[in-house]
Amino acid sequence: MAGYTSVTPEDLAHMLDVIGVGSVEELFDGIPAGVRLRRPIDLPPGQPEQAVYAELRRLAARNVSTEDEITFLGAGMYDHYVPSIIDMLMSRSEFLTPYTPYQPEVSQGGLQVMFEYQTAISELTGLPVSNASVYEGPSAVGAAAYMAKLASKRPRLLVSRGVHPHSRATLETLAVGYGTTVEEIALEDGVTELDALRAALSDEVGAVVIQQPNFLGTIEDVTALSAAAHEHGALVICAADPLTLGVLEAPGNQGVDVCVGEGQSLGNRLDFGGPSFGFFAATEKHLRAMPGRIAGETTDADGRRGFVLTLQTREQHIRREKATSNICTSQALNALGGVVYLSWLGRQGIVELGELMLQRTHYARETLAALDGVTKLHDRPVVREFALRLAVSDREAVGRVLERCAAAGVNAGYALGRSYDEHPDGLLVAITEQRSRADIDRLAEVLGAAVAAERATVGAGATA
Amino acid sequence: MTEGRNPQSPQQRERATTIFEKGAPGRRAFRAPDLDVPAVDGLIPAASRRAASPRLPEASEPEIVRHYVNLSKRNFDLDSGFYPLGSCTMKHNPRLHERVAALPGHARLHPLQDPRRAQGALELMFELQGALAEVAGLPHVSLQPSAGSHGELAGLLLTRAYHADRGEQRTKVLTPDSAHGTNPATVTMAGYEVVKVALDAAGGVDLDDLRAKTDENVACLMLTNPSTLGIFDPNIEQMASIVHETGATLYYDGANLNAIMGYSRPGDMGFDIVHFNLHKTFTQPHGGGGPGAGPIAVSDRIEPFLPRPQVVRRAPSNGGPPVYDLDEDRGGRESKSIGKLRGFQGNYGVFVRTYAYIRSLGAEGLKDVSEVAVLNANYVLARLREKVGDQLPLAFGERCMHEFVLSGAPMKKQLGIRTLDLAKRLLDHGVHPPTVYFPLVVEEALLVEPTETETRETLDQFVDAVAAIVAEAAQDPEIARNAPYTTPVRRLDEAGAAKRPRVRQAL
Repeated sequence: MAGYTSVTPEDLAHMLDVIGVGSVEELFDGIPAGVRLRRPIDLPPGQPEQAVYAELRRLAARNVSTEDEITFLGAGMYDHYVPSIIDMLMSRSEFLTPYTPYQPEVSQGGLQVMFEYQTAISELTGLPVSNASVYEGPSAVGAAAYMAKLASKRPRLLVSRGVHPHSRATLETLAVGYGTTVEEIALEDGVTELDALRAALSDEVGAVVIQQPNFLGTIEDVTALSAAAHEHGALVICAADPLTLGVLEAPGNQGVDVCVGEGQSLGNRLDFGGPSFGFFAATEKHLRAMPGRIAGETTDADGRRGFVLTLQTREQHIRREKATSNICTSQALNALGGVVYLSWLGRQGIVELGELMLQRTHYARETLAALDGVTKLHDRPVVREFALRLAVSDREAVGRVLERCAAAGVNAGYALGRSYDEHPDGLLVAITEQRSRADIDRLAEVLGAAVAAERATVGAGATA
Repeated sequence: MTEGRNPQSPQQRERATTIFEKGAPGRRAFRAPDLDVPAVDGLIPAASRRAASPRLPEASEPEIVRHYVNLSKRNFDLDSGFYPLGSCTMKHNPRLHERVAALPGHARLHPLQDPRRAQGALELMFELQGALAEVAGLPHVSLQPSAGSHGELAGLLLTRAYHADRGEQRTKVLTPDSAHGTNPATVTMAGYEVVKVALDAAGGVDLDDLRAKTDENVACLMLTNPSTLGIFDPNIEQMASIVHETGATLYYDGANLNAIMGYSRPGDMGFDIVHFNLHKTFTQPHGGGGPGAGPIAVSDRIEPFLPRPQVVRRAPSNGGPPVYDLDEDRGGRESKSIGKLRGFQGNYGVFVRTYAYIRSLGAEGLKDVSEVAVLNANYVLARLREKVGDQLPLAFGERCMHEFVLSGAPMKKQLGIRTLDLAKRLLDHGVHPPTVYFPLVVEEALLVEPTETETRETLDQFVDAVAAIVAEAAQDPEIARNAPYTTPVRRLDEAGAAKRPRVRQAL
């Protein structure tokens, strides 16, 4: 037989005899004739391992990865270095192959990892309770908004236009289900417009959703935004970039009630967008309303310290339709990568890494804005990502500039026009510890030439 | 009780300490790259500057490695032993999948890379959409949902959009008593009211009850087939027509798809929307509780509402090779799409593994999966009935599909041990217990799913272990009641954990 089964003809004869049937087909007699598949599944025949490896290698070779070009692409996922110990630990059978820890006596490793992960996320966000992770960033924003809706029963949700477009789109999708209207608060000079937020707030607003740094890379005044929301009793949900929290104030110290975010930059691969993990932390009073798995400390029958999944009466397998969420699983393996990464980075490292990104980002922003035909979108402080304007005609022209850069081996960033109609000429540039000064200088050279070439082409076209 | 007096194992003697309790101030693993640009002060406004650095661990790399390797040894895992956890499909995880998923062209591909430079990834996703459509018997696939429960949510939001498009407002969703807990929880999140449908004497959906509860306000019936009782519902065609007559949709929870590949397809049974659990049927490693993926397949009438982006294939007019693209632009005002359920395109790393699995097995291999899964389950069932049938009878029917539910009620009455005690004692035999106390409709339920990748010898050892525990309990039920004895910790105080929650290390 093919694949990973092991039944020999002798096994088969014995097993059928024990069961008391004449053939395997007989075991499927319960499937009515009308719904039977009367032909083979229409898929190619199976292949030996080496052939499948070759096929997957062929497909991989048709992708341009971050190993193949100098990339400044970010916009929610970032090309950070993943230390070798993470590959080793995440591929250990004991972490890779178990199920959710339903039998805690034989799952202490995984449960303690969750407990450590929750501790690390609480420290990063400045919020006392964290769950064991959710799917990923944008759906974590959606889960937080659902929690806010259940808690407040209020019908309106305000979301800053600085929140990741995928998070905003996810909120819109989910809000249809639980009956909330989603209204956007505009950006002004790169940050959420505080006056517009104040004007939109009322006692019907259950939560305000912001992002730190926001999608344009800008540092938001989280304290001021939170205070405005709290005046109307609205919860503050902040999506944060966890790797900036070594240098940026913890959202929990700025009035944020729920801090969520994309965990990929914490030791997880890009993987073309997933799997990664979403983190979810909140103030103490939300502990029993949180979605997802939570590990808690306890003792065993002999008094030993141990860990269990706790507060399960929130969850779907106990509460069913009254559950606080339908989420059944965490992203345990990805969260393991997260906590190992944070341990590897350490208390000093997270500050040093943040500081390095800050300085290189400043250098890159100033260097690029000095190019002909390139200006800053705004002057506000940024940490690891910033927005530029290219003096070219439209969104298509930005595309041609990026194409020229790519041909020179540089991925210059994310064309803001892909999700912000008001910035057809915008370019979002991301910096990680993997992009050196030499890489940034190379980007300046390539981008400067590409913008010049685009302007020359258009200029020539205009005079012809 | 002799075992309780045995010397403790090294793992049992050692007090669990977290990484936060290890290390020492100033110790470190990470070395930052040199600052190669001029240092500038004041880049962050004082009010936004972090005042106190987060108290992350301070440990060396060897310390971190030893800590997590030792922690890993406090886990039971599928590579070490039998894991017949019902409804979870704990089948072997081929390591080829890990190798190909780690290729830099897949693992280090940015999700916003220009589609023209991600052709391999998009080709893979397009081909996977086609393969899943064929297995489901439904023409259109969205890979986006992150898990089975996420697929369910997508399915109900699609149902809502479909009915809204027809000017209908429906309020109720039907789920049978045997449903996974995610089904009713999802119904609430999608803004519907749950209506439970009773089971008949054979464990299938009660058709009379279904007829009585299906009206113009019902949006959808959510169903698993075979059910969580391991039984293929013989009335599926009647159920589909009852539901469809009122204009409701039929949703297939794909948790049990491992039982029927090559024999039947949800689309041919009349389902409109199906989710796959790629971490069950298609062997994405469970990772101790994620990641997974829950793609959905849908019928023509549901297709216009699918989440975006979709992967599409275009044939160039010059007759060149096909070009793959992400179809984002239908998300505009004219679009009927429900929108996005998450960031980017979905769990691509899971798709790579699933694609490798489908290429390895092919059509014949997938059918073999289901045949052996059902053979193994029936073999274990037959042997258990022979050995402990009086104490642990089959809850419904005579045979099963890929899993079966025993009731521990007679065992509890005759021997004084509960299903939970049996499960805990199995830990001392080096076996991960089956699912206990689910489905809820069976008293003292034990849900056993051996999967196709286990050998006959392993199945025999499991049966012998269960029989030995039952025999032992007949002599001294206290042994099972206090089990386990050999695990890193013994039974844990779960009530105490919930009463006084400690969810982080005190620092």
